[in-house]
Amino acid sequence: MTLTLDIEKPKEKSPVVVQTVFLGIGLALLILAPMFFYPVFLMKLLCFALFACAFNLLLGYTGLLSFGHAAFFGGAAYFTAHTVKEWGLPPELGILVGVAGAAFLGLIVGYLAIRRQGIYFAMITLALAQMFYFFCLQAEFTKGEDGIQSVPRGHLFGFIDLSQSTNMYYFVLGVFVIGVAIIWRIIHSPFGMILKSIRENETRAVSLGYSVRNYKLAAFVMSAALTGLAGGVKALVFQFATLTDVGWQMSGEVILMTLLGGIGTLIGPLFGAGLVVTLQNYLATSEFPVTIITGLVFMVCVLVFRRGIVGEFYHSRLGRKLGFEHRQ
Amino acid sequence: MQAFLGQLLIGLINGSFYALLSLGLAIIFGLLRVINFAHGAQYMLGAFFAWLLLSHFGLGYWPALIIAPVAVGLVGAVIERTMLHRLYTLDPLYGLLFTFGLALTIEGTFRYLYGASGQPYATPAALAGGTNLGFMFLPIYRGWVIVFSLVVCIGTWLVIEKTKLGSYLRAATENPVLVQSFGINVPFLLTLTYALGAALAALAGVLAAPIYQVSPLMGSNIIIVVFAVVVVGGMGSIMGAIVTGYLLGVAEGLTKVFYPEASNIVIFVIMAIVLLIRPAGLFGRDA
Repeated sequence: MTLTLDIEKPKEKSPVVVQTVFLGIGLALLILAPMFFYPVFLMKLLCFALFACAFNLLLGYTGLLSFGHAAFFGGAAYFTAHTVKEWGLPPELGILVGVAGAAFLGLIVGYLAIRRQGIYFAMITLALAQMFYFFCLQAEFTKGEDGIQSVPRGHLFGFIDLSQSTNMYYFVLGVFVIGVAIIWRIIHSPFGMILKSIRENETRAVSLGYSVRNYKLAAFVMSAALTGLAGGVKALVFQFATLTDVGWQMSGEVILMTLLGGIGTLIGPLFGAGLVVTLQNYLATSEFPVTIITGLVFMVCVLVFRRGIVGEFYHSRLGRKLGFEHRQ
Repeated sequence: MQAFLGQLLIGLINGSFYALLSLGLAIIFGLLRVINFAHGAQYMLGAFFAWLLLSHFGLGYWPALIIAPVAVGLVGAVIERTMLHRLYTLDPLYGLLFTFGLALTIEGTFRYLYGASGQPYATPAALAGGTNLGFMFLPIYRGWVIVFSLVVCIGTWLVIEKTKLGSYLRAATENPVLVQSFGINVPFLLTLTYALGAALAALAGVLAAPIYQVSPLMGSNIIIVVFAVVVVGGMGSIMGAIVTGYLLGVAEGLTKVFYPEASNIVIFVIMAIVLLIRPAGLFGRDA
């Protein structure tokens, strides 16, 4: 260990200013986007982006690879769809039910999975999610192979008609911004710092007196709840909830989005989700199966592109000049 | 009683596949520290090679039992040498993600070429028919699968525990740098291990071909269950992986008798219980 004093060098441009500019441009683009793109496509993209950001809270900031996040995404979609359609709840309450349900599932899965580390953690989450898949396959309320269909979007707060796609888009955008803001708040809080210390060196965090288990579980539940937020909104966007959302392929997809965009970057997953969703849309009409491309992209990313798009940008000369830092 | 013994038998057959597959996973993990997500795809490849050998070259079950594992083992060796070995210095999670991508690619390719529906594969003539054991009717092929997989499992265990090659493997598991400094070619051992693990998966695939249909999706259906088996057994011990495989197969079979609705989740439930009581797994050494 060498002792180095880390003195803050004065930077030419304050990163806060640069980040604010980027944020402003990004938000403006998202607000204007429905004028250029098909709204359902954009809503799908935002749902998956939020899903991937929530997943990244766990993988990128706590160092836990969950292979079972589809359970929370698809589970929340089922809960929201069921409560809105069968119980007649308004959309905001239906989504809340989805979030609560996903958080509860996250508590159970997380409690079991954090008993092991690393690779075992990934396998346990995968197995438990598969168990939930079989539950959904057999349970009454999920309607088996058909799924819950024609879910009404309803009126937000009683007066905003969500069946209008413009209204729905801005609602989804609002949820996305709130979700990402929550994640930003979590990772920039003292709590988030402790999560990062667990990622960097778990033993050290234990020796510093943190009860690592509780922190991991808390991070897991938060990630599951935010995933549930994305899943619940997605059920309203598409007006159905099916088994596709709880399958292991979905867990793989969200990992790919995060990996492609940049693990451990706040907005990387947005880009990853954008690419994957665009690719799926593009290939949806062709005979060629998406899984081949997905698999190849996975392999290439792991071999030569582990920083992801945004991570690469942060690491590049331009990115560093603009004041971004990125740890591999 | 009839149903009980029948399901016990089916459980033992499923257990044979779980044991063979978790054995391969444990061997690969032991040395490479990689969880081979492509194990299911390699199992599917074994079954598909057997089917292709029969339909295109007229080569039956017995040649396939040798050719398919060797071919899949070679493919595995190439993948290890060209790509997988670059990941050893990284977090083991990258190995899992890479092999996951590999599994998706292989599965997607076969689905593209042959469709998602299953292809039947006839039971070899020598093992067709069945025999009446007095209390139940035993199809000979199923008996053969149980006996043969037991022989392969015990044989593999003996090779690893009792031979010179096995001692190198075990030593390299403990301390690869030290073993390499004794002049043993550790990178070659790693390639060999991955090829062996892939070949075991392919062998299981050929064995499975006459029982289940040969379908591109057969691998991903079984691999997640095998992961649960591995979590229950703990990957520290080869024997542990084998025993857990059979035990959980039987447990699954018996559940079909008493509570059929739960039969496809019973292994996951057992996994959850084991995690609560003994997080390191039944035979695990790591805490």
